Amino acid sequence: MGSSSSSTERIPDAQELMQETGFSAAHLVRLYERFEFLDKDDRGELRLDDFEAVSELAMNPIGDRIIGAFFSPGRETVDFPSFVRILAHFRPTDTNRTRNGRNGAQPEPANSRTSKLKFAFQLYDQDRDGKVSREELLQVLRMMLEMQVTEEQLQSIAERAIQEADLDRDDAISFDEFKKSLEKVDIEHKMSVRFLE
Amino acid sequence: MAWFTFPDNLLCRCLGISITMWFTLLFVFIIVPAVLGVSFGIRSFYMRTLLKIFEVSIIAKEPPSSLQQEILELRGSANGLRSEPEFEMADIFYFCRRGVESIVDDEVTKRFSAQELESWNLLTRSNYNFRHISLRLTVLWGLGILIRYGVLLPLRVTLAVTGICLLLVLTTLVAFLPSAELRSYLSEKVHLMCYRICVRALTAIITYHNRYNKPKNGGICVANHTTPIDVIILANDGCYSLVGQVHGGLMGMVQRAMVKSSSHIWFERSEVKDRHLVAKRLGDHVADKTKQPILVFPEGTCINNTSVMMFKKGSFEIGCTVYPVAIKYDPRFGDAFWNSSKFGMVSYLLRMMSSWAIVCSVWYLPPMNREEGEDAVQFANRVKAAIAAQGGLVDLIWDGGLKRAKVKDVFKEEQQKLYSKVLVGDSEDQMEDKCSEDGTAEGDESSKDPTEGQ
Repeated sequence: MGSSSSSTERIPDAQELMQETGFSAAHLVRLYERFEFLDKDDRGELRLDDFEAVSELAMNPIGDRIIGAFFSPGRETVDFPSFVRILAHFRPTDTNRTRNGRNGAQPEPANSRTSKLKFAFQLYDQDRDGKVSREELLQVLRMMLEMQVTEEQLQSIAERAIQEADLDRDDAISFDEFKKSLEKVDIEHKMSVRFLE
Repeated sequence: MAWFTFPDNLLCRCLGISITMWFTLLFVFIIVPAVLGVSFGIRSFYMRTLLKIFEVSIIAKEPPSSLQQEILELRGSANGLRSEPEFEMADIFYFCRRGVESIVDDEVTKRFSAQELESWNLLTRSNYNFRHISLRLTVLWGLGILIRYGVLLPLRVTLAVTGICLLLVLTTLVAFLPSAELRSYLSEKVHLMCYRICVRALTAIITYHNRYNKPKNGGICVANHTTPIDVIILANDGCYSLVGQVHGGLMGMVQRAMVKSSSHIWFERSEVKDRHLVAKRLGDHVADKTKQPILVFPEGTCINNTSVMMFKKGSFEIGCTVYPVAIKYDPRFGDAFWNSSKFGMVSYLLRMMSSWAIVCSVWYLPPMNREEGEDAVQFANRVKAAIAAQGGLVDLIWDGGLKRAKVKDVFKEEQQKLYSKVLVGDSEDQMEDKCSEDGTAEGDESSKDPTEGQ
């Protein structure tokens, strides 16, 4: 039922993308339509201003960071495979896959708990050095709060957060410490987007 | 041998009788009233019955949650019972998810896709998450399919074919008449009659409001656009000159037939881009006071009837009286929106004819004129706001231009304010319980507006 255009013929490398990301054909087509919609100049790839045209994203305090996550370092455009690969992180976790059971040859799926955490970590860790320094944390806090709190309050919030999470006392939060502090959070649910068909 | 032929005869006879009965009923109850302009009230009765049945099959949508609820939920899962008013690393997930959701499907595209219903009207096409809820619902749904495709669809197709044939034949006949006055009088009657039949072919139940504001000759009628059926709905109540591109096939035949007896403005594909030509032809038409008002849909495309998008200014530059009309469809009976990228015209019409009914309200708004010192764009926006207000539609301002910068800052600040209330607001009020209660109540109220713009 629904759209008659659920054919993946127009999409290059559709089968590989489906394998890699786990999206179904219908989802992939829907995402392709969305990609084409965002690509206002029909260039076949998205640029910064295409993302900025999404009005709700512009309202989001960390909108710029999220947009930045789509662009690989050094590149200024996003093609459809990259677009889909990033969105694959937000696919709901497959419940029939056990957390620890994977054979060595299979790469970590994009929507596993660890991958989702890594994505979120990279939103904080802009210089990709594997650690979230106090300054990086402050930057994110500033984005989320801006005019609403004073600089002292910002500093104290950052201080508290680092103290709680930083276990090896190096004044920065590594990925493992990040993971540990979020042990009990229901990431699978909170970092998943319901993709419509 | 005798008893072999006997059942055949019986079968043929039964078939013959039922077909005759069918056509007689059709004729008496639907076509004759349509021709005469009378109504038996069958359709309103049908509508009320359907509504009662739908109340049986309600599936509630999950309510959208506010920023505060979600963040506290995020933390609640991490810290067990206590949810501290401090920053948590997990907070970023909320904003991250919202951000990605808007990349995948934002408010603007939501306007283009069909509105999600809060209760289910037994049409699978309007409930994306159709699952097997209960046996009773599935049975009702199955019955619905039988009735819609077995009874209603053939009935409607017959009517539609009758209507179009009559239109073609009668307009051609009227064109042969010598007297211009008689021609225009008769063509009006013919058009109205055929539109009435078409309305019954779609089982459209239309309520017209404020008919004293109906568009007059020498003006332009402007309406919001949801579906090509808008034309039939408006033309059912008055005669308009239509504007559009010349099509081939059946549509082309209908267009040519209509032009023979009354004046419409059809453009060749190549002429459409020439704005001066378009403006000139429209201008000439409105200058002639004997000609019917022009019907124009300035949005330029079909929107899903929850909002009104930016109006193209072409029709507002002509400088004549504009008669705004707001059309609002009731989605409970069938979604009238035409998603032209998903469905072709024929499959769309089939969908329409196999819905339960098309229920809509039409409001005729008081005529508007361009004021001194107002340019076409401002005039267009004024008209758009009036239509949106009347129809209960959202007046969207996403025109991608000047407004974007302003919107971004104001709404972003709202989000930041809300988040800061979660973090800091509560800890300030820890001194007095009374104050903290007020604080959260205030936070809840202000969280309703901006975050519910999903």
